[in-house]
Amino acid sequence: MSNLPPTQYNNIPVPPQMNPNSGPPVSMLNQQYGNVPPSQLPPGYSSLKQDANSNSPAHLPTAVPHSGVPHNMNNYNQSASSSPAFNQPGMMSQQQLGLQSSPLRTPIKPSIVPVNSNPLPAFPPNTTMSTSNANNPSPYPPNYNQQQRQVNENAPPLIPSSQYQPLLNGPPGPVLPPASSQYPVSSTAFSAPPTMKPPNSSASYAGSINAPFNQGPPINASVTSQLGQLTSQPNMAFSVAPRNSPLLQGPTSSGPVFNGPALGLSQSASVPPGLSRPGINGPSNSLAGPLPLATQPSTFGPPSISGPSSMSGPSPIPGPLPKLGPSSMSGPPPLSGPPMAGPSLMTGPTTSGMMPPRPAAPVNSLPMMPPASSAPKQSQTYLGPPRNGQPMNPISANNLTSPQSLPIGFPVPQTNQMGATQGPLSGPLGGPPKTNIQNRYPPMPQGNYVNNQQPMTQQPMMSKQYPQHSAQALTQQMGQLSVTKQGFDQLWGHQMVDLMQCRHILPEYPEDPPEIRLGHQFADAPNCSPEIFRCTINRIPENNSLLQKSRLPLGILIHPFKDLNHLPVIQCTTIVRCRTCRTYINPFVYFVDSKRWKCNLCYRVNDLPEEFQYDPVSKSYGDPSRRPEIKSATIEFIAPGEYMLRPPQPAVYLFLLDVSQLARETGYLQVVCDTLKNSLDQLPGDSRMQIGFICYDAHVHYYLMSDGLTRPKEMTVLDIDDIFLPSPESLLVNLGERRELVKELLTVLPARYSTPGVPSSALGAALQAAYKLMAPTGGRITVFQTCLPNIGPGALQPREDPNARSSKDVAHLNPATDFYKRLALDCSGAQVAVDLFLLNSQYSDLATLSGMSKFSAGSVHHIPLFKASRSHQAAQLQRMLSRYLTRKIGFEAVMRVRCTRGIAIHTFHGNFFVRSTDLLSLPNVSPDAGFGMQLTIEESLSDLQQVCFQAALLYTSSKGERRIRVHTLALPIASTLTDVLHSADQQCIVGLLAKMAADRCVSASMPEAREALTNVAVDVLSAHRLSQNLPAGAQTAALHAPVNLRLLPLYLLALLKRRAFRTGTSTRLDDRVADMCDMKSLPLYQLMRAVYPELYPIHDLQEHTRPDEDPAPDPPRLQLSAERINSTGAYLLDDGDTMIIYVCHAVSPAFLSDTFGVAAFSQLTDDARTIPRLSSPGNARLHALIERLNDDRPYASSVILIKDNSPSRTLFTERLIEDRVESAFSYYEFLQHVKSQVK
Amino acid sequence: MAFNFPAFSYIIALIVDAFLIFFSIFHVIAFDELKTDYKNPIDQCNSLNPLVLPEYLLHLFINILFLLSGEWFSLLINIPLILYHIHRYYTRPVMSGPGLYDPTSIMNADVLTVCQREGWIKLAFYLLSFFLYLYGMIVVLIAA
Repeated sequence: MSNLPPTQYNNIPVPPQMNPNSGPPVSMLNQQYGNVPPSQLPPGYSSLKQDANSNSPAHLPTAVPHSGVPHNMNNYNQSASSSPAFNQPGMMSQQQLGLQSSPLRTPIKPSIVPVNSNPLPAFPPNTTMSTSNANNPSPYPPNYNQQQRQVNENAPPLIPSSQYQPLLNGPPGPVLPPASSQYPVSSTAFSAPPTMKPPNSSASYAGSINAPFNQGPPINASVTSQLGQLTSQPNMAFSVAPRNSPLLQGPTSSGPVFNGPALGLSQSASVPPGLSRPGINGPSNSLAGPLPLATQPSTFGPPSISGPSSMSGPSPIPGPLPKLGPSSMSGPPPLSGPPMAGPSLMTGPTTSGMMPPRPAAPVNSLPMMPPASSAPKQSQTYLGPPRNGQPMNPISANNLTSPQSLPIGFPVPQTNQMGATQGPLSGPLGGPPKTNIQNRYPPMPQGNYVNNQQPMTQQPMMSKQYPQHSAQALTQQMGQLSVTKQGFDQLWGHQMVDLMQCRHILPEYPEDPPEIRLGHQFADAPNCSPEIFRCTINRIPENNSLLQKSRLPLGILIHPFKDLNHLPVIQCTTIVRCRTCRTYINPFVYFVDSKRWKCNLCYRVNDLPEEFQYDPVSKSYGDPSRRPEIKSATIEFIAPGEYMLRPPQPAVYLFLLDVSQLARETGYLQVVCDTLKNSLDQLPGDSRMQIGFICYDAHVHYYLMSDGLTRPKEMTVLDIDDIFLPSPESLLVNLGERRELVKELLTVLPARYSTPGVPSSALGAALQAAYKLMAPTGGRITVFQTCLPNIGPGALQPREDPNARSSKDVAHLNPATDFYKRLALDCSGAQVAVDLFLLNSQYSDLATLSGMSKFSAGSVHHIPLFKASRSHQAAQLQRMLSRYLTRKIGFEAVMRVRCTRGIAIHTFHGNFFVRSTDLLSLPNVSPDAGFGMQLTIEESLSDLQQVCFQAALLYTSSKGERRIRVHTLALPIASTLTDVLHSADQQCIVGLLAKMAADRCVSASMPEAREALTNVAVDVLSAHRLSQNLPAGAQTAALHAPVNLRLLPLYLLALLKRRAFRTGTSTRLDDRVADMCDMKSLPLYQLMRAVYPELYPIHDLQEHTRPDEDPAPDPPRLQLSAERINSTGAYLLDDGDTMIIYVCHAVSPAFLSDTFGVAAFSQLTDDARTIPRLSSPGNARLHALIERLNDDRPYASSVILIKDNSPSRTLFTERLIEDRVESAFSYYEFLQHVKSQVK
Repeated sequence: MAFNFPAFSYIIALIVDAFLIFFSIFHVIAFDELKTDYKNPIDQCNSLNPLVLPEYLLHLFINILFLLSGEWFSLLINIPLILYHIHRYYTRPVMSGPGLYDPTSIMNADVLTVCQREGWIKLAFYLLSFFLYLYGMIVVLIAA
């Protein structure tokens, strides 16, 4: 599972059927839209099946149509009327023009290159190879011609579009769940076409997926045999000058590395992911989909259970206060007699795409709900979210859900409140951890029910917020607030928490962001998943002054290229867009009549093309609202020719390897080459994929792998000040044709650079060479750097003062030179992205180097103090790299974010180049890249019903298809300060603030950024105080916060103690800058884990395991404070990078032997980097937990075991951010500080 | 009525000021183009950056003339702008070439607004000072 991409989307339970009439088979159909028959894939495609990241539906080979049947599924191509081209004037050509004047583009001047007169002595003299150049096939596609670019603008994709005709691009799949409610009986019709995924085909998945794997990539036995001939390989006397040293002699010991075993390994590593995503998770989910339906009645209390007499029976809280059960259940109004088992039913295709963060859990948990007592906390958890569709029994309804029955100001009985607050801690905040979807897409009842729902969500929170000893706090609060007011507050969802009193403020299970409640017209329209698109305030303030009053930052965070498994893909000739603002049609448009629609961003009325009337699901005409574009807020189009500025280019990967003295000492080259060799078959790309390598120390070494060579040949260019390419066409070679050569090169490189080298690194020159090499096609440059580049262009000086590492003000966060930035801009213009792996052991000025990735939409990976001899670091690099190499990639991408008129984008955060006010240029886009945008309200929005944001990402897939992925988010408007404050999304706010603070550090100074962060908490709480008319902070003992912002101070404190912003603790400048880079570009869920790591108790995992369903335990989260650390416990702290298992000395021997297989604490290995695999259940539980935690991240975290008497325990204790360290506040002190400033 | 050095200074200042007015008009137009997506920020910066130093130097030049000719009032009016120019150039982003504008940060809404406002204010200032110089020239000529 290690290199699995986050699989959040692959295990969504098929939305439970809302309509009991719709047959179960319907739910199987939410598979893929565009099942590409393998026979029509480009050659070489089969080797990419393992690319589980690919969202092209290649991993569903069973869906191959057998005949022309799918043709009739795809009638979008009828109309020849062309939609106007993507509104980006001169995207490529302008960039190209700009490049001509680039200072980096120097003409190739071979004649002035000095000869390397000093070949490495270990290699035999060269002989001549004559015609190597002449025979080299051009690495560039034959149909690419720079001069003809304009002619090619409308050229079809390289794969003729006719080939796509048979694709099942129509939305037969994911549209189905919603469709099922419309056509209850039509399920048989749905499953009829052979293109449909048969519901029970998990077996066939497995089979068909295995097939390509079993064939395996060709194992190069030949390579080893060739190795023997290496020495005798002639070298060419290059007429130009650079002297070629033969690469390698003799068979090397590394031969076996890529033989069978290695390949087998890589396969076994990647097969399970491939299998588990579509094969296991997908189908099993679809199988399980109907299950909740069947079983839910029994679990969620159908009328039979919910009788008044059986109140404690279904009560999910078997705790001492059975009557709490109903209170925390507080289901929907009694009206909802039939089990509303599937809130997510309504969600349509998007839902099927939306995966809860952890696999399989919702599916499993629902049907298996224990009757009452099997797992106390879990059962509470799952019953927590009131909207899970709990038919209330009358009594419980009366108890706490009064707002439903008495919508007007029914004061909630205080006794119940108290009871609830005194209940066990384990009240589920926000419900089960995995119900994002369900809460996100609730079956919105009509009309004023919207308001009534609020108290129900809040109810469980109350019970959580006021744990045992907080009864006093509550009394105090009640002293200040009248009972009526509290009732109203609850009614409107405006609850408050006294931060000073509430010690257990962190929810034990992840919470959902505040729900988005649109007006009733769009109440059930599918909104974009909060994992992709979310806004800091879920109700947009109606004007700027209201926003200023709330003091909240307004912005959106977006994760546009997230790995999605169930993504509706559409191919049609006309993509319906607004003629004025070019908005794509989306679920929130208004249909004036069946022929016209009104844009929801600019309010222009547009015509609908005729073909939009056709509903591909029912194959009928008439109702445009059945179209997948209207059914899903996240959708992908296969773009027609006018969206291309040039034909899709091949995927080109160039690797720049630092081979200076420091690099050789780290030994990273071996790890990188081995990983690369194992991942060669999984690199995303079609048969035209090209690959190349450049090494650099004081000079730049090229590797020729041209036609006619039987082994790679090295050429060294000594003149690094005026770099040139010796033989451009044989430096980048087609991977399919030269696989053997590439593998051989990767085998010999580590040995070639194992001897001591020169202590200088000409990174700048190598980058210039790489840019020249890549500029015609675009692609990706991957740089491995281990030291400060100190020679040639772009040379840097060490700037860090090691004595100032803990000082208050941090200098040198700015780049020292703009060389790397200019290079990145040139690269961006040529559609080249530069990714940096910094494996430094000393200061390398990442602040300057990161410019090459920041502005070319690359990514920065940093492993400080890397030494390959430390096996955990080698393993970490290997995991990181194999994820990096095999993840999905989009080339030549642009992302445009459109907002409703009146809202404008103020600042962008992330790695990209901003090409115009709303357009980001992304030479590469990766599934691990997140973006943030700050917004401003320029005009009053008070006459609007809602505000929409649409992010459209246009990219070329690695298969050479031009695609557009569109995400649309709609948010309602708020007119009062209270509404604004109570709909704020604290996680998103922290995500945006982290980005803003990182910017502020660079533009202003570190103390200023830190102060700004603190002030956010002060300002927001002051605004809340104003809105509620509470006494000023200094005058009371209480510090009130809206319930949805109660974690904001905690998160801000955590942010202040992050490496990026901490002062007083010795922090290397590069670590600091790397952390800032992460903050700018990580998707929110990863960022939150880094900011506030998750701490789990693992000594009582058994209590949190339900072995009958999900073997992975689900322990509650603990707050990061030493007070939660018990000397008889063991804990797991997960910050996304590392999982620290912290074992305290008094932990029970039974636990030790069960989990770690040792009899006593003293036998435990300190700093162990692996957890042994034993057959004991405790060990299995721990592994299951770790695997579950690893599931939703790009690559598995490393594990370290620390004993509480170990010298390295500070690794653990420094992350207990709620505690005081000598230079920073504890949480309580921070609150005091905030309170004293709240005015 | 005699032609003396102050009169010469004012005449030169008038001519130079006309250029400065053109510069600031170009500046305003350029940022408007950026705002309305007509131009690529890289191109726009490449065309704007070479003009920054000439503008500053021209402005400095006429003030040196004022200094030499003892036109203290005109000099006084211009000193704040000179200081602003120095400050602006001193705090410019890290760049290797001359100029002020960085294509990677220029699209930030704040920077755009500031630059555009700066353009308008300068335009107004140069226009007003044009008439001032005209007036000053006449006064000097008459007084002489």
